[in-house]
Amino acid sequence: MADYYFRVEGLAVGYQGKPVIKNISFGIEKGEILTLIGANGAGKSTILKSIAGQLAPVAGTAFLGQRELREIGQAELAKELAVVFTERLHTEMMSCEDVVATGRYPYTGKFGILSKEDEGAVAEAMALVQVEELKNRDFTKISDGQRQRVLLARAIAQQPKVLLLDEPTSYLDIKYKLEFLSTLQQMARRNHLSVIMSLHELDLAERISDKILCVGNHRVEKFGTPEEIFVPGYIGNLFHMTAGSFDENSGNSELEPPEGEPEVFVIAGGGSGKAVYRRLQRAGVAFAAGILFENDVDYPVAKALAAAVIAEEPFEKISENRVKEAKKQINKCRNVICCRENFGVWDRENELLLEYAKENGKTVQTPSEYFFERRK
Amino acid sequence: MLAVLLLVLLGLNVCIGSVSVPFSDVLKNFAGQDIGETERNILMQIRLPRALAAAILGGALGLSGYLLQTFFHNPIAGPFVLGISSGAKLVVALVMVFFLGNSVRVSSAALILAAFVGAFLSMGFVLLMSRAVDKMSMLIVSGVMIGYIGSAVTDFVVTFAEDADIVNLHNWSKGSFSGISWENVYVMAVVVLAASVLVFFLAKPIGAFQMGEGYAKTMGVNVGRLKVELVLLSSILAACITAFAGPVSFVGIAVPHLVKQLFGTAKPIVMIPACFLGGGTFCLFCDLLARTIFAPTELSISTVTAVFGAPVVIVVLLRRKSGER
Repeated sequence: MADYYFRVEGLAVGYQGKPVIKNISFGIEKGEILTLIGANGAGKSTILKSIAGQLAPVAGTAFLGQRELREIGQAELAKELAVVFTERLHTEMMSCEDVVATGRYPYTGKFGILSKEDEGAVAEAMALVQVEELKNRDFTKISDGQRQRVLLARAIAQQPKVLLLDEPTSYLDIKYKLEFLSTLQQMARRNHLSVIMSLHELDLAERISDKILCVGNHRVEKFGTPEEIFVPGYIGNLFHMTAGSFDENSGNSELEPPEGEPEVFVIAGGGSGKAVYRRLQRAGVAFAAGILFENDVDYPVAKALAAAVIAEEPFEKISENRVKEAKKQINKCRNVICCRENFGVWDRENELLLEYAKENGKTVQTPSEYFFERRK
Repeated sequence: MLAVLLLVLLGLNVCIGSVSVPFSDVLKNFAGQDIGETERNILMQIRLPRALAAAILGGALGLSGYLLQTFFHNPIAGPFVLGISSGAKLVVALVMVFFLGNSVRVSSAALILAAFVGAFLSMGFVLLMSRAVDKMSMLIVSGVMIGYIGSAVTDFVVTFAEDADIVNLHNWSKGSFSGISWENVYVMAVVVLAASVLVFFLAKPIGAFQMGEGYAKTMGVNVGRLKVELVLLSSILAACITAFAGPVSFVGIAVPHLVKQLFGTAKPIVMIPACFLGGGTFCLFCDLLARTIFAPTELSISTVTAVFGAPVVIVVLLRRKSGER
C-alpha cells in the first residue's frame, strides 16, 4: 500500500464527529481511475467530500505522495487536488470562460488577475473538454450536460494531480457520458492524473475503472479491480436489490420476472429471444425458455426473466436430458412461441421440439402472431 | 463614470437648497476668496459635511448590502431588511438617551461602538435564524421581524426620553443625514474607508465564496475565516451608517443590483468599488430630493430611498420567479 501515489489509510468519515463509514483504506497510482460504487446514501459523496477537505475526517489519514494531506496547506492543496461535485455552482453574470477561469484561483495573485499563462491553461482546458463554443455563454443558461463539461474544464484548468468527481455523468446523455469518460481516460493516461469518482452506471464503472471501491452496509465492502468486483451475485447484494436483477457477466439489468407457472414456452437463441422475453415480461406472462446455450446472448435475459430456462453448457452438443426437460415444460404450457426462422446444425433439437409441440396440440406461433392474438 | 456622477451630485448637493449657492462661489470659497459669512457657514457647516456624509455612508451601505448578499447567498439581503440597522439603532438610542439624560455629550466613536454592538447582536440573531431556517425568504422574514422589534423598542425609548432630546432622536431614528458635524465626517471617513479597503482586499476569496462554500474550500479559501471577516466588516459598515444617519432603507439591497446591471458583471473586484461609488451616488441623489422636494420641510431619507429602492427589489424578485436560474 505504502508506495501508492494517492492513498487513504484507516479513514473514518461522517458528520459531527460521528463516523458513517470506518476503516476506509485504498490506494491508486498516478494515471489510475478509481470508482466508488454503492447504493444511494451509502456514503460515496461523504467519502469524496472528506478526501476533498470539505468535511473533516473523523479519523485516519490520506497521503499524496509521501506527504499527509492535512500537512499540505489549503492553498497548496488546491494546486494538487480539484473537484467536480454535485453541489450547484452559483454564478451570476459569469460566462463559461469565467467559470473555467475560477479554476486558476490557486495560481493567481492577491486580486485574482489572470496572467498569460493562466489564460493559456483556461483555453487548453476548454479545448480538451470541447466546450470552446460555450466560451461566452452565460453559465446559468446552458444545459445540465454542458454545465457538467464546463465544470470538468474548470477542474482541469486547476491542473491538479488528483481529480475528485461525484457522479459526474448523472446529467449527461449517452453521447456526452461516453465523451466525458473518454476525456477523463485521456487525462489519466496522458497527464498521469489520478481520478477518484463515484458513478451510478455500473456498466461504465466496470469499463473505465482500474480499481473499484464498493461502499455498502456502513463500510467498504470490497476494493479491487473490476474483475474482482463483478463476480456473480455480488452487485445485487451490494445494492440490496429486492426487485429485478443485475447480471455481472453481461452487465445486463432486468426487471422483476412475472410470477406464476410458465404459460408459454419460447424457443429462441442467437439473440432472437431477448426482445420477446422482455415483451412477455411487460405483459406479465410467465414463460419458460429453451433450449439455449449458456453463452448465447439470449441466455442472461432468459435467466433473469423466465420462470424456467433449459440451457446447455457452451460448445457442447444438446443432451437428451435437456430435451426431456424442455418437453416437460412444453407439456405444461398452452402456447409455444418460436423466434427462430431456421435452425442450425447444433440445435436441431429445437426444431424437433417445435415438431413435438405441434404434435401435442400446442398453439405454435411466431412472436408477432402471438402478440397480435393477445391484443384481441 | 460612477465617480464622475458622484462628484457632480456632490456639487449639486452643496449648491442646491433653501439658500442656493452658485457653484462658482463654492470654488471661490475653496480658493480662499470671501463669499459672505452666511453662504460660507451654510456651505462649510451644513451642506458640505452633510453631502460628504451622504456619500461616505451611502457607499458603506452599498458595500454592506453587497457583503450581506454574498454572505447569505441571498439577493435581497441588506442591513435594513435583516434587522441589523434596527438593532444598531436600538442600542444607539439607548446609549444616547442614557448619556443625554445625564447631560454628557456623546462622541462619534462611542456612537459607532454602540451601533456596532447593536449591529452585532442582531447579526447574531440573524445568523442563528439562518442556521434554523434554510429558505432565504424565511431568513428575510425573520430579519424584518427583528427589525420591527428593534424599532418598536426604540420608539418606546424615544417616547419616554426627555423632551429636549426627542426632536433630535426622533429625526435620527427615522433616518436622516442632517445635523452631521465635521467631527462626525472625519470619524466615519476613517472607519468606512478602512473597512472598505479591507473588503477590497478580500475581493478574490469573495469571488470564490460566491460560487459555493464547497468549491471555495477546494480552491484553497479558508472559508471559516472569510465568513468571520464578512460578518465583521458588514456589521462595522452597517453600524457606522446607523450611528450617524439612523436606519436607511433599501440602499443596501438595491445598489448592488443596480451596479451589477450597469457594469454587466458580478465580479467582486469590480463590484466592491462600484458598490461604494454607487451607494454614495444613490444616497446623494436621494438626500438631495429629501431636502428639496417639499422644502423647507425635509423628508426622511428612507422615504426617498424606499421610493427608488423598493422597485429594484421587486424587479429582482420577479426575475428570480421567472426562472433565470
